[in-house]
Formats: sequence, C-alpha cells, structure tokens
Amino acid sequence: MGRNPVTWLGSPTFPNAARDALSDVQLRGNLAHATTTIRTKRAAAVAELPDWQRLRESGQAIKDEVLSNLDSYLERLEAAVTARGGIVHWARDAAEANEIVLRLVKEAGASEVVKVKSMATAEIGLNEALEEGGVSAIETDLAELIVQLGDDRPSHILVPAIHRNRSEIRDIFRSRMSGVEDLSDTPAELAEAARAHLRRKFLSAKVAISGANFAVADTGSVVVVESEGNGRMCLTLPETLITVMGIEKLVPTWSDLEVFLQLLPRSSTAERMNPYTSVWTGVTPGDGPRKFHLVLLDNGRTQTLADRVGRQALRCIRCSACLNVCPVYERTGGQAYGSVYPGPIGAILTPQLGAGTDDPQTAALLKSLPFASSLCGACYEVCPVRIDIPSVLVHLRGKAVEGTHTPESVAMAAASWVMQSPARFRLAQRAASVLRLISRRGKVKRLPWPGSKWTDSRDLPAPAAETFSAWWRRTRG
Amino acid sequence: MADARSVILGRIRAALADRPGPVTVPREYDRVRDLGDVLTLFEKQVADYRAVVRRVAESALPAEIESSLTAHGVRVMVTPADVPTWWRVGQFVWSLDAPMSPLPNAALDRADGVLTGCAVAIAQTGTIVLDAGYAQGRRALTLLPDYHLCVVHADQVVATVPEALARLESTRPLTFISGPSATSDIELDRVEGVHGPRNLEVLIVG
Ligand code: SF4
Repeated sequence: MGRNPVTWLGSPTFPNAARDALSDVQLRGNLAHATTTIRTKRAAAVAELPDWQRLRESGQAIKDEVLSNLDSYLERLEAAVTARGGIVHWARDAAEANEIVLRLVKEAGASEVVKVKSMATAEIGLNEALEEGGVSAIETDLAELIVQLGDDRPSHILVPAIHRNRSEIRDIFRSRMSGVEDLSDTPAELAEAARAHLRRKFLSAKVAISGANFAVADTGSVVVVESEGNGRMCLTLPETLITVMGIEKLVPTWSDLEVFLQLLPRSSTAERMNPYTSVWTGVTPGDGPRKFHLVLLDNGRTQTLADRVGRQALRCIRCSACLNVCPVYERTGGQAYGSVYPGPIGAILTPQLGAGTDDPQTAALLKSLPFASSLCGACYEVCPVRIDIPSVLVHLRGKAVEGTHTPESVAMAAASWVMQSPARFRLAQRAASVLRLISRRGKVKRLPWPGSKWTDSRDLPAPAAETFSAWWRRTRG
Repeated sequence: MADARSVILGRIRAALADRPGPVTVPREYDRVRDLGDVLTLFEKQVADYRAVVRRVAESALPAEIESSLTAHGVRVMVTPADVPTWWRVGQFVWSLDAPMSPLPNAALDRADGVLTGCAVAIAQTGTIVLDAGYAQGRRALTLLPDYHLCVVHADQVVATVPEALARLESTRPLTFISGPSATSDIELDRVEGVHGPRNLEVLIVG
C-alpha cells in the first residue's frame, strides 16, 4: 500500500516535532489562551443539560450500532440519496476520491471551486490534487482561509488557525488581500475583510465542495454544521455540489440526530447551538444546487473497523473537545502530530487510517503518535461519544512495539512515560534532566530528550530484553 | 477489477467478521423537558446570541415590522411571495421571490434585508428553523441579504431539540439558525458577522 495523505509527507516523529514546537513561545501562548477559554465555556454549556451523560451514552450506542451494521446502512443511504436525485460515488482511498472529484469538477466546466471546511477533504489532500489538475480550490472558512493565505498548515480540527493570534492574522490578510492596508486587528474587522474578499467568489462559483457532519441512512439527508454562513453559501448557491464524506458519518434515522445536534455544538464551540446547520436531501428543484454528488470515502476506515479495540475511533464526530483538554496538545500544538487529525483523536485515528504505509518515515511517525499522550484521561471524560482514548492508545502502543525490543520502542516508551505528567513533561524540555530521569529507571544508559532522537539512538547498545508491555506494567505499577 | 463499491462493502463485511452483537440504544435523555414559559426562554436565548428580539401582539405585527425596518434604515426588502400581504408594510420596496419567478442572486445580494416566517423554533437553544415552507422561501433568500427579520408565532416554539426534530421533515431543505452569522476562528472568541446575515431580528408573536 502507498502512503495515505492523512499524514503530511516528510513529517518527523511526534517527539521530534514536539521538541521544536515547545521552543515556540508565541505558539504556546496562543494555544494556552485559546484552549483555556474554550474549556471554561464548554464546561458551562455542558452543565446546562441535566441529561448530558445520558446523551453521551445514546451517542455512543447510536454510533456503535452504525458501525456494527455499516454495510447495510451505507446501502440504505445510497438508495435514499439516489431516489432523491443525488449521485453516489465510492472511493477506496484518497487517490480515488481525488480523481472522482477532479473529474466531476471538470465535467461541470469549472476551473475554480469554493470549499467549506471539511476534515475528509483535508485528509485526502484534495486541494493539492485539484491544483495539480488545474483547478484552484478556495477555502471559505475563516480559519482555513487564514491557513491557506498564510501558506500554513492547520493545527486544530475546529479552528485550524488556532495557533495564530489576531495580529498575526491581520498581517497575513494585509499581505494577501487587496484594499486592506488599514486593517486593524479587531476580530470584527478581520471577519469583515474575509466577507468582502469571498462574497464575489460565492456569487460566481459553479461548483462547491463540502464535507458532511452526519448523513441519515433512512432518508439520505446530509447535515453540515457551521458558524459563518460560508457553508450555506457553498451548499446553496453553486449549480453543482460535491460532498466528500467518510463512510462512518452515518446515523440510522432522522430522530437520532436529536442526540448529536445537542452533543456537537456544546462540545465543539461551547455554544447551545452553532449559528447554522444545513440539512439537504438529494436535489430540491428550485432550491439550491441542481446536481448533487456524494463521495463515500474509505481511506483506511475499513481497516480501522477491523480492529476490535481501535474501531471505536470511528465514533468520532470531530468536535475537538479532546484537543482542548489535552495537556500534551496544549504544549505542542497541532502541527507536531504531522496530520490533519491532531490531539488525542489524532493519536488514535491517524495511526489506524495510515497503517500499512510503505514509506519508512511515515511509518515512524505513525508508530510514535500513540505515545503522544500522558494517559491522563481528560479526553475520555469530555468525549461526547465516549471514545475510550486512553485504552485505544495503550492498545496501539502495544501494536507499535509488538515483538520489537529495538532502541526505538524503548525510546518511545520513555517518551510516553515522560508525557504522563505535566511536571515531568516540563522537565523533559530540559534534556539534561531527562537524561538523568531516564537513566535512573535503570533501563537505558543514555538517551536524549525522550524519543526525540530515537533514530539516532540506533547507535546505542541494545537495551535489556524486556517487552514493552512488561516494562509498562512494571513502571506503572 | 472489482468496483470500489463492492470492494468497500466487502472490506466492511470482513472487518465485521466478529459481527458485534446488536446494540441496544439507550434513550434515557429528555425528549421533552419542562422549561417553564418557553416563549420567555426563547426570547432570552435568542438575545444571548446578540440578535435583536421582542414579543409583539398579533394585531400589532404590521406596525412592529414597520418600526423594525425603519429603525434599520432599509429601503429594498426581499420576501417570499407567500408571506401575508399585511406584512409588506409601508414605504419600502418589496421584491417578491416566487418559484416561477426567482430573483437573481445579484438582486438578493443588493437587497437591504429579507423578511420571512419560520417552521419551528427551539426555546432551549434560541434556534429558528426554516424548512422552505410557508412564508420562508428558498434557502438563498435568507442568506445573501445582510439583515434577516424573522416572524415566529408562539405555537411554533418548542422547548427542546428532540421536540423540534419531531416536527420537521428531514427531506425538505432545512436551515437551523441560531443568532447572526458568527465565527470563533480568531482566538476562539465568538464574533458576530461573517458571511451570513450579520443582523438577525426576531419578532415573537403572541
Ligand atoms: S474523539 Fe471525541 S472528543 Fe475528540 S474530537 Fe472525536 S468526538 Fe470529539
């Protein structure tokens, strides 16, 4: 199997990337500010619902039901969408999905498309593929626009430009938009600049590309949850709409959505409800696009489904609550995870989606990701669909070092040990202290910042022969 | 080579070789909830999004619409052709959008505002839902103008999200609107006003 673009080509392993991120003071300041704000707000939004835990239990069970009969739910969805005038396509992997989308865009005679933020299309590297095919993709979500105009990479599921503060955003806009020389850094003015910049594009676009938050198997209805109205623009104005959706995004019935429309906004933006939620089914004459294509994407999901422990990662509704509470994420930022899926969910989803790669550097990154956690459990507590992220992490760690007693496996284990407490983690930023800490465990004579140079550690004498799981049990008591 | 569809379905069946048992979905959450006076709550939650909202008497509706539009300084209003004629008040220019004679996007973009009714409103979340039915028009209508004045009748307001979904038909084009267009993309702070209407005003009748 080739390389799944869910990770960025050439990304270092997590510990290596994390070390660089940790030295970026501006980045850490921006992140700490943003995640602290959202954590407090989320807690308040959740406390308003006395039945929150019961909603989570339902959310978990509905998603489990979908996953355990995914084949029949997908067939049902396909039939319903088709019956309402939509066209369903199936894509085994990123390359196939990109080909389908590019072909559809060309058939519609467009050389430019507007896009509403979508994790699925980011995962498959659609923008780059379109670019290569001569089609320019315009991101219309404010944060995506900031990332795109800044030639940057996303660092958060929900707020891809969370690592940028307002004055950095102003500078990006000033250098990349016309007529905004006097732009200030007040958020309202920045938003206004984006509105003016994109309005013309919305009105002239022939094709829009979106993701989907949910799709209802029974009725073929597709749901997009958003804030700015750029989603509504994309879903309503162009003649052709192409939606790329992971095969796990289903719910069985319309009334199941009553659970997720409560769980998602409070978990993600900490609002009672996000400003806009759009629901459409196939094509409605006289209202919205005349052509609707739904691309159902596998790209590693079926192999994730095959893992009995790991498959629960497919329940994820991409709310990003786990990122916002994660002590490791807060210190390293999203880009250190080398993937569009950062944070705790990234640490369990990316390695599973990307598994089977034949690129050694990518394989090394994927193996390092499950160690990007302190196993503190905060992610599990906030997850609206109750994904037991810590258990999946431990499971994937076991798989990553299975049958190997290499310096790499020990170094990664050491990295995970250090990440277990914020105190140790802070300490770990000073390599000298870490050397001492690690050697005190009596396992490794010398090791740089845990795992950070584990490729170099190949020169070291092989550590004592102890399996990772034995080491794990012993050191964790 | 087998087609993508059968390959993916085959992979799913292989992945589910253990056929995890049927899942019983617990439904212990509150489908309905006593939230006291839903109109008062709805008004409060809409205001919380920094939308303008007020309660009006049925008989005073035309006058209230007129005073809202005047206060907002609009001239050209668009509206679906089926809104009650008595909503189209005063000295404003009313552009009607009908299925057989839809207004071009450019006209919607130039209009100062749009006036509609709604299908359902949710008190707990301060949400109005449009389903392209009576007095609501197609979706673009409430999207391009910068000002949306929405009339909500008391009997359209329910307490909870589950109650609202039960009243809606999912195969219609639906738009759930909670406050004016906003973004949390700059330092995770909600700022009103990006691409959708930056001004949302709600009149609760009854
Ligand atoms: S794993 Fe859970 S908390 Fe994290 S993004 Fe997914 S649904 Fe949200």
